[in-house]
Amino acid sequence: MPVVMDADRMSRTLTRIAHEILERNRGVGDLALIGIRARGVPLAARIARELKSLTDVDVPTGALDITLYRDDLMRHAVGPQPVIRRTEINFSIDDRVILLVDDVLYTGRTIRAALDALIDFGRPRAIQLVALVDRGHRELPIRADYVGRNIPTSQQETVQVRLLEIDGRDEVELER
Amino acid sequence: MTDKTSAVTALRSRHLLGIAGMEPDEIELVLDTALAMKEVATRPIKKVPTLRGRTIINLFFESSTRTRMSFELAEKRLSADTLGMTSAGSSLAKGETLSDTARTLEAMAPDMIVMRHASSGVPHQLARICKASIINAGDGMHEHPTQALLDAFTMREHKGHLKGLRVAIVGDLAHSRVLRSNVRLLTKMGADVTACGPATLVPPGLDALGVRVTTSMDAAVEGADVVMMLRVQHERMQGLYFPSVREYFTLYGLTPARLRRAAPDAIVMHPGPMNRGVEIDSEVADGPWSVILDQVANGVAVRMAVLYLLAGGDERADASAT
Repeated sequence: MPVVMDADRMSRTLTRIAHEILERNRGVGDLALIGIRARGVPLAARIARELKSLTDVDVPTGALDITLYRDDLMRHAVGPQPVIRRTEINFSIDDRVILLVDDVLYTGRTIRAALDALIDFGRPRAIQLVALVDRGHRELPIRADYVGRNIPTSQQETVQVRLLEIDGRDEVELER
Repeated sequence: MTDKTSAVTALRSRHLLGIAGMEPDEIELVLDTALAMKEVATRPIKKVPTLRGRTIINLFFESSTRTRMSFELAEKRLSADTLGMTSAGSSLAKGETLSDTARTLEAMAPDMIVMRHASSGVPHQLARICKASIINAGDGMHEHPTQALLDAFTMREHKGHLKGLRVAIVGDLAHSRVLRSNVRLLTKMGADVTACGPATLVPPGLDALGVRVTTSMDAAVEGADVVMMLRVQHERMQGLYFPSVREYFTLYGLTPARLRRAAPDAIVMHPGPMNRGVEIDSEVADGPWSVILDQVANGVAVRMAVLYLLAGGDERADASAT
């Protein structure tokens, strides 16, 4: 199974994304990071650390669980419900520029759910999307503003992002 | 890509009829899910689209304020369509049998029925007739499972754990479904439970459920981490169980002096509605150790969790992940 991103490359990728965020938003003024559970959360925290080291500003960071907003929840007559984890957004998102962070951008349905969830928390000035990996196959009109790496895939393949905080090591692996 | 926090990801039954039918890992799952649900109440828009298009019928054949409102709020926060029926003014008052009422309701194709009834076992009977998931919101003197779950959630929130927790449950033990559900839940989760009440209000066989039974309130409260007071249910009492309310309060009322026997950081719980001056002193009910209003708030989160979990299927079939 090919490793398409190792720890070193992941680290440089996140640094590069942090620079792009600063360039595009002309600073960190009213930015906030919200990671989508599970792996978007440590990624958001790492980008916050990069932004802190570049600007010396603490960007507010939150965690979003999109389970309650999934579009496939009630379509299964049988089958267990996905486990719900906590959403923690301890700041107002009104009038901020929200950087929504996820590990893999695929069909776009997770992001659709996350956008619906965010709107229930307030009215951000803008929402920008950060994805460590974009693997294509979108089913909704959604695109990322910051992409770590575009990886062309077939739908039979899976992209496995592993992070130190959750999986004990940093890598992205393509599994067939 | 599911990170399992609880050991199971689904309840094994389609219904929630009592704590008796639940395994400890299922109880953990409800409590963990409720923790996530509680956050919804802190949002500017306290509503999520999760149960959109689901129909829930609330059948309350016995008076209820907080349980009915708590279920209704939980249903609405999950975007379910809800309708309610109480026995007064319903076809039951006109002589329809329960099974005919059940079949009529079933024809309206509800996804879930939340039911309270003055007779024990009625929700179980309904579960055999109906395709909908049945949630027992209190049946006679038998069980009140969501109350026990919200009590456990509140204890865990304040004490961090249930295992080894010293819980004193005091009051009208004989008529209390809250007691029965709580005893089942707490003993399953490894808590150390003492039940206390006047001898006339101690049901036979209670000690067989794995709790200590005493008629001395001082002994029950001594060193307790949690003191749970039960309401004196005058409406269920035919005959005299104690000489007077004043005597009951003297022997079994929770006063600040009596509470000092409990652990220094003990919490006081009551399922409501309270009889101030009968089983609990106002100073205790309104004091810093009281978590009675937390119980009410947590009730909504716990019921949201139960509704959400029962809306899925059973564990054998696997849901596809995004």
